[in-house]
Amino acid sequence: MKNKSVLTKLSFIGLLFILCSSIDAQTEFDGLFMSKNSFCIGTTAEISSFNRYWESEFNRDNANLGTVQYKALSVMGNYGLSDRLNVIFSVPYIHSQTSAGNLAGQNGIQDASLWIKFQALDKKFLNGNLQIIGFGGFSFPASNYNADFMPLSIGRGSNNISARLLLDYEENNWYLTVSGAYIYRSNITLDRNTYYTDRMIYSNQVEIPNQYHYNTRFGYRNDQFIADIYHEYTNTLGGFDIPKNGMPFPSNEMDFQRLGFYAKIETPISGLSFLVNGYTVFRGKNMGQLSGMQFGAFYIFGSSYN
Amino acid sequence: MTTQNKLYIFSFLTVVFLNSCSKTIQEDNLTYPTLNPTRLDTNASDWNFILLTNAGDINCPAPMDINSNLYSIEIKKIKDIQSNLSSSDQNLINYWGSGSILRWNEIMRELVAKNNLPPYQNPDGSYPIPNSNNPFAYPTFPFATPPYAARAYAYLSASQYDALIVAYHYKKIYRKKFPFETDTQVRSTFKNNYISSFPSEDAVIAGVSLEIMKLLFPADIEKINAKVLEHKKARMSGGSCTESDWEASMQLGKDVATRFVSRAKTDGAGTAGGNASLWKSLEQTAVSRGETPWISQESPTRPPMLPLFGKVQPFLFPTSAIAANLRPSPPPSVYSDQFKKELEEILQFSDNLTREQERIANFWADGIRTYTPPGHWNYIASNDYVKMNLSEPRWSRNLALLNMALMDAAIVAWDTKYYYFNPRPMQMDTRIKTCLGLPNFPAFISGHSTFSGAAAQILGYLNPAKKEDYNAMAKEASDSRLYGCIHYRSDCEVGLVVGKKIGNYAIERAKTDGAE
Repeated sequence: MKNKSVLTKLSFIGLLFILCSSIDAQTEFDGLFMSKNSFCIGTTAEISSFNRYWESEFNRDNANLGTVQYKALSVMGNYGLSDRLNVIFSVPYIHSQTSAGNLAGQNGIQDASLWIKFQALDKKFLNGNLQIIGFGGFSFPASNYNADFMPLSIGRGSNNISARLLLDYEENNWYLTVSGAYIYRSNITLDRNTYYTDRMIYSNQVEIPNQYHYNTRFGYRNDQFIADIYHEYTNTLGGFDIPKNGMPFPSNEMDFQRLGFYAKIETPISGLSFLVNGYTVFRGKNMGQLSGMQFGAFYIFGSSYN
Repeated sequence: MTTQNKLYIFSFLTVVFLNSCSKTIQEDNLTYPTLNPTRLDTNASDWNFILLTNAGDINCPAPMDINSNLYSIEIKKIKDIQSNLSSSDQNLINYWGSGSILRWNEIMRELVAKNNLPPYQNPDGSYPIPNSNNPFAYPTFPFATPPYAARAYAYLSASQYDALIVAYHYKKIYRKKFPFETDTQVRSTFKNNYISSFPSEDAVIAGVSLEIMKLLFPADIEKINAKVLEHKKARMSGGSCTESDWEASMQLGKDVATRFVSRAKTDGAGTAGGNASLWKSLEQTAVSRGETPWISQESPTRPPMLPLFGKVQPFLFPTSAIAANLRPSPPPSVYSDQFKKELEEILQFSDNLTREQERIANFWADGIRTYTPPGHWNYIASNDYVKMNLSEPRWSRNLALLNMALMDAAIVAWDTKYYYFNPRPMQMDTRIKTCLGLPNFPAFISGHSTFSGAAAQILGYLNPAKKEDYNAMAKEASDSRLYGCIHYRSDCEVGLVVGKKIGNYAIERAKTDGAE
């Protein structure tokens, strides 16, 4: 357990890598920075819901949906290729449902994701310590779900490639972390051969706009305990607005900001930890005003932290 | 190389990859080739009108003499345009070169899709009604429901057909040469020029389409006018029409449209929404028959869609034929074993839908913000007619037959729906959920099935090589409503049968319209 404080820090950073798909209740992963050849596996359960949404920028409810709820159960793992280079995977199962109306809930395995993360810099800075971390990864639909049934679809259906740069500064156990990501999203294929965005398109292919994703966190951490509050902003680069009383569509311009808290504790059982994460969207466009809670448990095999 | 350097290179390559990754979509309707008809149908002047009685009723003054000074000025203008063609001009030439009937049909489909949105409720839970006298105010006019759309396609196609017959009548009288025939420096980029230059079939189609669309989609007038200008520019750039000929031909189209506009204003569609006392009486009639009446499953409760559309004047048969020949016998009583069996079948689909069944339901859904089922059949027909290289008159004739059948299918389906006013499956069993959206009107008979039966029947007659394909598509479209859990089997099967009967009326017309 050498350098544990640094690596606890890194393990936390892994958690920041959120693929801005929380609107689908896709789970973040606990990316413990594992030492070479060690392996961490965990599971999370998440419930999120909304009963108001933004149709373009108009905030409304809909008695034909009531409350839209998503439940997600995810399995994730993290393997140490080296002490500074980890590979992470995640696979969520999602169930969606409404509390009113007659739309059928959906369920299935959503998008599998695979990431690498790399510690590029770790040095003394001012009175504390500064790190720069890079992330790269991709995700793809792991089942043939229908992305064209929003808001009940369990995912957007696109293959995504993303790159994130993260800066972390820590001083006396208090830390500030900022990160930004660019997410390339592939075109998707619909079950139908025409659709209308702001014009008619005769194709079953839909261009899904790319996204920027920003995350800022402030909190306290030590060997046994991490807690922070965070702000997250997802900006979709293009897409169209839901028309008045229209249905949402995968290529809408979905922007949102949310606030959340996160905590993780080590248990007396060596290698076993628990996390809790809660959030609420407070501003958005073309999407649900989502709030959610997530709980998780993780266990490390092998030499654990390096 | 260190791991760190490798990662930098990886990151760099990733950025390069992302920047070079094109997401441009190939849109099928933009790949259509230039229209090059295999048969010119020069005898279209002799085909039978739908609404008009005599081509001479439409006035068409003689065009500008090709030996006049004014004509040479017009020819110079075409040459000026042709010497300054931008790539976007060339795109317009290519786009419109695929055919005017095709493109105006597409524009109508787009207007339908754009306007196919139910109004948002008032604060008191009532719903505002789009008003044709105030089309720009929310809710904008119209709400392009499937019946509204079917009627729009029918008026567009039927008026285009009549207008082309008039145009061909005058083409034979005036025998005017094309600009590229009078001046060899004028290039012709179109292949679908036939008989004579005046009246220009394109301008006639643009004029008639403009007037019909203005009536039916008044809030989109700016977009429609822009399309007319595009079309005019494309044809003049293509060297097939002078400006004065374009304007005079457009006027001919507009004059033909007047006859159709008069019909549309009095065909009964304007009052098809009914009123609160009518909605109540429909319910009471069903109750008095001892049946469970349809109840809107929307919240707040939305009035039923166009309950009097069944009273709209059909194109292919007299209104009396609906009650006499077309309206089917009642659906199974909600108390019958047959009904229970059919309801159970839908519950099974609701609980055990396969992904393939869901795909079929989605493919044929044609719900809000789409061109509706009639639009879908226009797309299917158009894709085939592009391949068949039809002349403009034959395009208009085939689409007029299709769209009159589709409009009349809407009339009969809506008549039947409100005559029996029976409940949807989820009204009878709230465990049933849909992967589509629940239409806000009674179940029997299925509109999709009636549309599809009618379309497959007439399309199969017009293109016998694909008869079985059309029937298979119609069956799948009909079944898709079972998979969507919004119809019983009786709704779909009877709807298909009724649709085919309506298609037969279109076939009867086709046999005697002089085009065979």
